[in-house]
Amino acid sequence: MEEKKAAVKLRDITKTFGSIKANDKVWLDIYRGEILALLGENGSGKTTLMNMLSGIYFPDEGQIFVDDKEVVIRSPKDAFDLGIGMIHQHFKLVDVLTAAENIVLGLKEPGRLDLKAAAKRIRAICDAYGFDVDPNQKIYDMSVSQKQTVEIVKVLYRGADILILDEPTAVLTPQETDKLFAVLRNMRNDGKAIVIITHKMTEVEDLSDRVAILRHGHFVGDMLTKDTNAQEMTNMMVGHPVVLNIERPDPVNPSPRIEVKGLTVRSIDGVVKLEDVSFTARSGEILGIAGISGCGQKELLEAIAGLQVVERGSISYVNDDGSREDLLGKDPLEIAALGVSLSFVPEDRLGMGLVGSMDLTDNMMLRSYRRGKGPFLDRKFPQRRAEWVVEELSVNTPGVSIPVRRLSGGNVQKVLVGREIASAPTVLLTAYAVRGLDIGASYTIYDMINLQKEKGVAVIYVGEGLDVLLELSDRILVLCGGRVSGIVEGRKTNKREVGMMMTRLGGGTGE
Amino acid sequence: MLETLAFYFSRAVQQGIPLLFGSTGETLTEKSGNLNLGIPGVMYVGGICGVIGAFFYEQSCGGDAAAMNAFLAICIPLLCCLAGSLIMGLIYCFLTVTLRANQNVTGLALTTFGVGFGNFFGGYLIKTTGSSVASLSLSATSSFFRQSLPFASSLGAFGTAFLSYSFLAYLAILISLYAGWMLRRSRTGLNLRAVGENPATADAAGISITRYKYVATCVGSMIAGLGGLYYVMDYASGIWSNDAFGDRGWLAIALVIFTIWRPDTGVLASILYGGLYIVSINNILPTGGVGAVKELYKMLPYLITIIVLVLSSVRNKRENQPPESLGIAYFREDR
Repeated sequence: MEEKKAAVKLRDITKTFGSIKANDKVWLDIYRGEILALLGENGSGKTTLMNMLSGIYFPDEGQIFVDDKEVVIRSPKDAFDLGIGMIHQHFKLVDVLTAAENIVLGLKEPGRLDLKAAAKRIRAICDAYGFDVDPNQKIYDMSVSQKQTVEIVKVLYRGADILILDEPTAVLTPQETDKLFAVLRNMRNDGKAIVIITHKMTEVEDLSDRVAILRHGHFVGDMLTKDTNAQEMTNMMVGHPVVLNIERPDPVNPSPRIEVKGLTVRSIDGVVKLEDVSFTARSGEILGIAGISGCGQKELLEAIAGLQVVERGSISYVNDDGSREDLLGKDPLEIAALGVSLSFVPEDRLGMGLVGSMDLTDNMMLRSYRRGKGPFLDRKFPQRRAEWVVEELSVNTPGVSIPVRRLSGGNVQKVLVGREIASAPTVLLTAYAVRGLDIGASYTIYDMINLQKEKGVAVIYVGEGLDVLLELSDRILVLCGGRVSGIVEGRKTNKREVGMMMTRLGGGTGE
Repeated sequence: MLETLAFYFSRAVQQGIPLLFGSTGETLTEKSGNLNLGIPGVMYVGGICGVIGAFFYEQSCGGDAAAMNAFLAICIPLLCCLAGSLIMGLIYCFLTVTLRANQNVTGLALTTFGVGFGNFFGGYLIKTTGSSVASLSLSATSSFFRQSLPFASSLGAFGTAFLSYSFLAYLAILISLYAGWMLRRSRTGLNLRAVGENPATADAAGISITRYKYVATCVGSMIAGLGGLYYVMDYASGIWSNDAFGDRGWLAIALVIFTIWRPDTGVLASILYGGLYIVSINNILPTGGVGAVKELYKMLPYLITIIVLVLSSVRNKRENQPPESLGIAYFREDR
């Protein structure tokens, strides 16, 4: 292999936030014509490092070289001038503006603002790399993947040839991911330097040429992707060997806990989201729910938790002694009192379930404040619980009295999922519990879910990847367009069969 | 009949111009994400600073209009007014942008401060003149400000309705139209809108948030301050009396919402507000002999603002909503 010259060199980069050292003397080289995967657990400082390269943060110490010249990047503008563009995990787009307006935002081109000329250039870029963007569409009308495309076009429009993508696939469907990867490969072949931050090992192996690994803010090492494997990368990330398989203990005398019959749900605009869905969730069992995104998983969980208006059908909760209680008509509070707990991790993580400006203890208290006697709040109990979650899920935080939004995305999520699991439910509804989590934390959460199952909790699990769903679930309910495509045994089925059922009712080819 | 209509129209315009200055200034400010509730105070300070400048210039000329230079008579109060309101804007920016203080608290404090400041110096000046009434008359300066086109009065109803105003009134309309064009069409306007909607995005796009917030808020304050000056020098014919400015500052803020953040719509909307305002102070609508009914009419502008608010939230069109980060301080390294 010929000796390549590094487009960007980071040397001894250090950055601290208060008492947390996010990056500690990090070295990193980025080459043109190569896709570099930056790996690390949540809070290992990947995003912080890249933010320093794109001018969002300023390093406390260290040097940055671009094309062998030392540079100082004080603002995002400096980064653009050096050809560095970053696509952030939370899109940096103004909702009420059009795609074209967002793309030219902040540019200092000579002359008047000419959106027509801009639109023409945008179309040219789209044609060159195979994007599909309507320059005149408003951002709030766009899907997540369209927004991401606008972000990529935005950095290309600014002439970036060093692109940084922070967890670009976390919000994409598999098809959209494939499309994105094809575009990224195009850009690599075009001689651009690409850095991608991700947690998904399959993507690293599929896409990247080289991997670099950070652990607790330190640079651990880098290597060519073809010379390594998922196990080795994981071990380097975590710092000790990790077992990469999920246990699946057999259910202990399962008995029906939630019975859903003929459930039909319409969205506010009258679109049928769920149609005639019937199933039983049993205690001590994990019921996985598979389906392409938007096929009604969210509505199903919300209907059980009492957050959805149901058009037809019934949902009943079966007590240990066999008596039934109708969940429909009960408000979410009464349902929660029965021990039905919903942990839904939305795309923006903070949107549902946690209050960003409150600290960990107060967020725990959201679940427990109704308990206790007298007019005063019991703060001891939620504080103990917060400490337990921090301990158990190794949440990276200076303490339990720090506002949740100060934590990194993955840590925020651990707090949310940890709280729901800690509330000792009888039914645990969980959706996208590991969305965006690193591999170590994901496995901790799988273990916790399994532990709940062994305790006799009925778990309903909606996941992102089929692989995990197949390994974790005892039974899998496959949804297709809001209808039950079938219920299969987790131990006996395979990815192909479930995949077929997701796209066609019943899964058969001839039906 | 036509003459009467034209007369009332011109009264409505004169009532509306201070509101138009105020709302244009506030719209620019809000577009940068700063909710400046200090606008009533800013307008008050703009007025009193103009009065102070005019007072000393008139004194130096012995209060004789013939001895005064027209250029200086206009420029001195104008510059004093701009300087006073600029300082108010700078205080607001320093507190909310640099120190990231709460915008509502800062704004309300500035309003209280501005009114107190105005009343203090107003009262002081009134005392120094030894006047028997509680007001200060600057009729000489006012006569310069009130110059309108000489041929306007000879054009009948048309002249009264459209040409009878002083230069500040036309300036207000020009500024509003320009601000509307700038926000919609220019690069600066696009950047400014982005700062108010989503500062983190604007920042990542290389726009200096601090600079945009400072400039928009300070320029906005200066424009609003002119509203105070117009009120004293033009509408009130150079008579300053404490608290006469009334609730016009709050009306200006209501007007911002009424125009759904469009300064050019403000031109017509301010005339409507002005019309509703004169309805409440003139005896145009029947009061049945009960003076208190007038007070009910005074709430008309606020009532229609509420209706607009209700309608725009019912229609729920994203473009008609306030800037998304309105009232929120921005700090780049905040997570």
